[in-house]
Amino acid sequence: MEKIYSRPAGLKKMINGYCPGCLHSAAGKLIMSVLEELDLLEKTVMVDGVGCCASNHSYIDIDACGSPHGRPGAVASAIKRCSPETIVVTYQGDGDLASIGLAETMMAANRGDNISVFFINNANYGMTGGQMAPTTLMDMKTSTTPYGRHADEHGYPMHMCEVLNTLTAPSYIARVTCIDAPNMRKARAAVKQAIQHQLDGKGFSMVEFVSNCPTNWGVSPLESLKFIKEKMLPEFPLGEFRNR
Amino acid sequence: MEKVFMKGCEAIAEAAIRAGCRFFAGYPITPQNEIPEYFSRRMPQPDVRGVYLQGESETASAAMLFGAGATGTRSMTSSSSCGISLMSEAIGWMAGSCLPVVICNVVRGGPGIGSIQPAQQDYFQATKASGNGGFRMLVLAPSTVQEAVDMTYRAFDLAQKYMYPVYILCDGFTGAMMEPVVLPEMMSDEAIAAEKKKNESWAVTGRKGAAKGKRIHCGTRHGIPSTLEEKNIADWKMYEQWKIDEVEYECYKTEDAELIITAYGVSARISRSAVDILRNEGYKVGLIRPIKVHPFPEIAYEQLDYDKLRGILCAEMSIPPQFAYDVEAVVRKRTPIATCLRSGGEIIERSAIIDAAKRLYGDK
Repeated sequence: MEKIYSRPAGLKKMINGYCPGCLHSAAGKLIMSVLEELDLLEKTVMVDGVGCCASNHSYIDIDACGSPHGRPGAVASAIKRCSPETIVVTYQGDGDLASIGLAETMMAANRGDNISVFFINNANYGMTGGQMAPTTLMDMKTSTTPYGRHADEHGYPMHMCEVLNTLTAPSYIARVTCIDAPNMRKARAAVKQAIQHQLDGKGFSMVEFVSNCPTNWGVSPLESLKFIKEKMLPEFPLGEFRNR
Repeated sequence: MEKVFMKGCEAIAEAAIRAGCRFFAGYPITPQNEIPEYFSRRMPQPDVRGVYLQGESETASAAMLFGAGATGTRSMTSSSSCGISLMSEAIGWMAGSCLPVVICNVVRGGPGIGSIQPAQQDYFQATKASGNGGFRMLVLAPSTVQEAVDMTYRAFDLAQKYMYPVYILCDGFTGAMMEPVVLPEMMSDEAIAAEKKKNESWAVTGRKGAAKGKRIHCGTRHGIPSTLEEKNIADWKMYEQWKIDEVEYECYKTEDAELIITAYGVSARISRSAVDILRNEGYKVGLIRPIKVHPFPEIAYEQLDYDKLRGILCAEMSIPPQFAYDVEAVVRKRTPIATCLRSGGEIIERSAIIDAAKRLYGDK
C-alpha cells in the first residue's frame, strides 16, 4: 500500500508542548513537510523567535538557531549572507515580529534579504500569559487590556502583510490560516512558494499564519477556530499580497 | 616589515580582515565610524570577499553578529559606548551561546549619549557587566595603534580558542589617532576555509559535516544538553582558568620604584611618558599597565614590595573612577591610593599626572 500521509521527517517523534488545540503544531508540521518534499531538511537553518515560537526548536530535527527577542530578521539575514547555500527560515510570533522586532522585520524585508519568514499571528503574547500584542483586535480583552483594546488608548491592530507590501524589495507575501483542510492546503502551498522564492534567489518572503491561542483567549480549541473565522479573518484578510 | 601610516579605527578593521574576519555588521556612531566605513570598502574586494552589513541599529548589528558567529564565520562588530549598551542584549546571547566573535568598543564620554570625545568610562561595563547574567569576557585594552592592530589580530584566535566573545576596549583617542603601524600577515583563504569547515561540527549550516539537528541556543554550549546552571559553572571554570593563562600586563621601571602609577589604554601611554620625566627628576616611579583589563592582573600588584612603596596613583579618564576600584580591591589598603582623573571627553594631561605623583611621593 502506498503511504500518503505521515509525520514529517523534520519533526522529532515526540509529543510537543504546545497547548491543546494550538495551531502552532499545524504551522510547524506544514513547514517541515514542505522542507521534506523539497529535500531541504539537511540544508535548512530555522531561526526561532522568543515566546511560544522558541519552543519550536525542541520539536524539530533540523539545524536551529535561537535569537534575541524580535531579532530573527537580523540573525537570519547574517546567517544567509555568511552561508548563501543554506536555506534560512524564521519562525516568529506577533510580539516578536511586529512589536519588539518591527525594525528588524522591516529592514530585513527592505534589504530584500533572501530569507523566508513564518509569522504566527495569534493576537496576543501567548507564552507570557496573553498580553496585548500589536495584532490584538479592537475591543479584545487581554491580560493588559482588561477592559478591551480601545483605539484612543491602544491604537489599532497592525497588518504586517499590508505594511511589508508597501516595500519594493520583498518577493513573496501571503496570509494564510490552518483552521480547516482547504485552508491547510492553501497554507502549505504558500509555504512552498516562500521557500521556492528563496531557492530561486528572489529575496525576502513571508507567510503570515492567522492563528489561535485557546488558552489565553479563554475558549475551547473549537471555539477558537470559530473566533478566527468570525473575528480574526475580517481584520486579517487571507491571500497573496505579493508574488513575483 | 613595511610600516604604514594609519588611523586607529582603520588599522583595527584592516587587522581584523587580515585575521580572517569575513563578516562585519555595525551602525554609525562617532568616534568609530571609520571601522564600518573601512569594512564596507574592503569586504567586497577580491582578496577579501567578506560580508559587510549595515544594521538598522546597534541592537540589530549585534544580532547580526550573533547570526554570523553561529555559522562559524570569523565575525566582528564595533560601536561606541551608548551603542555598546544597545548591543548588550546580543552580547549576552553570544556569551550565553558560546560564540567566537569579536566586539570592539571605541569608548566615548558617558553616561547616556555623553560626548563624542574620547573617554574610559565603560570600564565596569566591559569588565563586569556587559549584559545580564554575570558573564565575563577577555577584555583587551590597547594603548597604541600598533597594539590595537596586534590585539585585534589576536582577538579572533582567542575567541576561537575559548569559543567565546572577545572584547576590545579601545578609547576614542587611540581609535582616532594616526600612527605608523606594521600590519600582520593576511590569513590565507585556505586557512579561513579550513577553520570554517572545522566549525561545522557545531555551527548551524544545515546538517553539513556534522550530526543532524545542531543547536545554537542561549544557555547551552552549542546545544550540548545541560542545565543552565551547569553552563554557568562551565563558564565560571573558564573565567578562573583565564586568571592563570590569560593575565597580561606590562611593568615599566617598577623594579626599584617607590611609587607606582597604574593605568590602561591611552592613560597608560600618557603615564609612561610621565614616568620618564619623573625619573629624570630623580623620582623612583614606575608604571603598571594592564594589557588585558579582564582578567585583571592582580599578580602585578601582589608582587609589589609594599614596605618600600609610598603609594599607587591610578590615572584614568573616568569620573567617578572605575579602574581604580579594581586596583583598590587587590591592594587592600597596603599602601595609599590616589587618583588622577578626567572625564566626559576631556583628555588626561601629563602635567596633571606628574603633579599628582609628586604630591603622593612627598619628599625625594
